[in-house]
Amino acid sequence: MSVKRDFAVGLFVWAALLTMPFWMPAIGGYTGLATRVVVMGLGAMALNLLLGYTGALSFGHATFFGLGAYGAAMTIRYLVPSTPLALLAGIAVAAAAGAAIGAMIVRRRGVYFAMSTIAFGQIFYFVAFRWSSVTGGDDGLTGWTRAPLSLGPLTLDIRGSETAFYYFALALFAAGVGAMAWILSTPFGRTLVAIRENERRARFLGLSIERHLWLSFVISSTLMGLAGGLYALLNNFVDPRTLRYDQSGEFVIMAVMGGMRSFWGPLLGAFIFVVVQDVVSSHTENWMSVIGLVFILVVLFFPRGLLGLLGRRAPA
Amino acid sequence: MSLLDVEDVTKAFGRLVAVGGVTLRVEPGELRAIIGPNGAGKTTFFNLVSGFFPPSSGTIRFDGRDVGALGPAARVRLGIARTFQITEVFPELDVAENLRVAAESAAGLAFSLGRGAARRAGMDGEVDRLLATAGLADRRNRQVGELSHGDQRAVEIAMALALKPKLLMLDEPTAGMGDQETHDVARLIRRLHRDEGLTIVLIEHDMRVVFNLAQRIMVLAEGKTLAEGTPDEIAGNETVQAAYLGESA
Ligand SMILES: Nc1ncnc2c1ncn2[C@@H]1O[C@H](COP(=O)(O)OP(=O)(O)OP(=O)(O)O)[C@@H](O)[C@H]1O
Ligand SMILES: [Mg+2]
Repeated sequence: MSVKRDFAVGLFVWAALLTMPFWMPAIGGYTGLATRVVVMGLGAMALNLLLGYTGALSFGHATFFGLGAYGAAMTIRYLVPSTPLALLAGIAVAAAAGAAIGAMIVRRRGVYFAMSTIAFGQIFYFVAFRWSSVTGGDDGLTGWTRAPLSLGPLTLDIRGSETAFYYFALALFAAGVGAMAWILSTPFGRTLVAIRENERRARFLGLSIERHLWLSFVISSTLMGLAGGLYALLNNFVDPRTLRYDQSGEFVIMAVMGGMRSFWGPLLGAFIFVVVQDVVSSHTENWMSVIGLVFILVVLFFPRGLLGLLGRRAPA
Repeated sequence: MSLLDVEDVTKAFGRLVAVGGVTLRVEPGELRAIIGPNGAGKTTFFNLVSGFFPPSSGTIRFDGRDVGALGPAARVRLGIARTFQITEVFPELDVAENLRVAAESAAGLAFSLGRGAARRAGMDGEVDRLLATAGLADRRNRQVGELSHGDQRAVEIAMALALKPKLLMLDEPTAGMGDQETHDVARLIRRLHRDEGLTIVLIEHDMRVVFNLAQRIMVLAEGKTLAEGTPDEIAGNETVQAAYLGESA
């Protein structure tokens, strides 16, 4: 029964994503906002590999989002105006940072782990903030745009067409999320959930907990780097706030609000967050209090998140 | 050569000496019980053998190797599997998944990022076999956290068996169980010992279980070995009578 239901939910999600540019205007949005949902959704789902599936509280995950964004932006700005190379560079930088930071913190637990992730994020934030000759500092890195995508003889105009860029982002979202679903269905993925469930039991089954945490951290950072790269391309812009702790917190809110125990929950959380932010911020500066209120209501009435009731399995 | 050879091992927590100079040899194929009053140091002794923490002094040899400095995961790989006094399982996973995680760990698949290797290694069949051994086949898709206490204990024992251990250590396997469940667990332990030749050390408070199952018994009290011998010797030992059996009977 649960397998059937997972299938139905998956079908609904993909149908909604594939048609989002068409129905977004009906709820007051636009194509760029739909892209934002997909990109933030990818980030929240990537974070949830740690938060929900591994049980590791990475509260500084914007580090890898921001590094992916700067990696992509700086590649285009300084090296080569190629969208694929920009994304690959962003992913590589985020993955390398995830590997290094992960190795330093996998022995920490709970709040110590969380604080360490935030601390590393702030280091990168200050570097981006201060090193203005290269990063553009507080004003952000401008003077570049994403390049059209050439696929052999075809050219996909992801620069000129917001719709083309949406489907480009959605394709990469699908690849990232598909990889995550696959990983969760393998022995490695099962082991991550087991570690979340009971670390002591896992250790006394002969499992190398730290190595599992590390690999999960690296995979999550890598996907976060992809989301960050897409975010930079979406805005043709990047600034230090993509690295900051409040951006990290937003991803956590998306995951918790949507449901950490469900595969698609963080995407729903991202959808609500991004849309409410856009709609409310056009009326008042104080959009964060509205998000905060929504968040509190969700936590009160849906302690497992909005999709928490739908169960715990990844689509196999 | 003994399978387990613990020599004069000590564990102190600050000024409290939980285990103070215990020596124990367990031969292959033996079924040994450890008994003793609450706080005697039985669980601490298990923690030392399974690698929960290092001993303050003394040596622990397993299968001819000094394992005193190894962590728990390394000792599992050498063949030491244990259960805990307070059941340790994966509550939100179902029974089959609990066993599968254990079996895949034992098969060296924990880092496998494909599904083929687990299939080729026969993990489905292995899980079925474990379910049957522990009498859990009809509960395979139930979430473990929702099972009865007795069934959760059975899951934990089956997970330990999935590791294909040379030495199985059970910390009060029948604690908190009713008569029927106790009987079932005792029968499972006997079968593992007799039919599969498994070496087993168990801590147990239920004296019927102890005297029914064990070939030799070690009695701990206040971190020290009070007596050691066959069930008959222990039953006839006056020090043990006075210190332990007398008061609990
Ligand atoms: N990690 C620890 N830190 C400090 N003291 C400990 C620790 N583990 C055990 N102790 C203490 O060591 C002593 C022996 O405890 P242990 O759990 O080994 O007894 P036990 O024989 O298993 O008792 P029971 O029959 O109640 O399970 C107790 O006084 C206990 O409080
Ligand atoms: Mg105990």
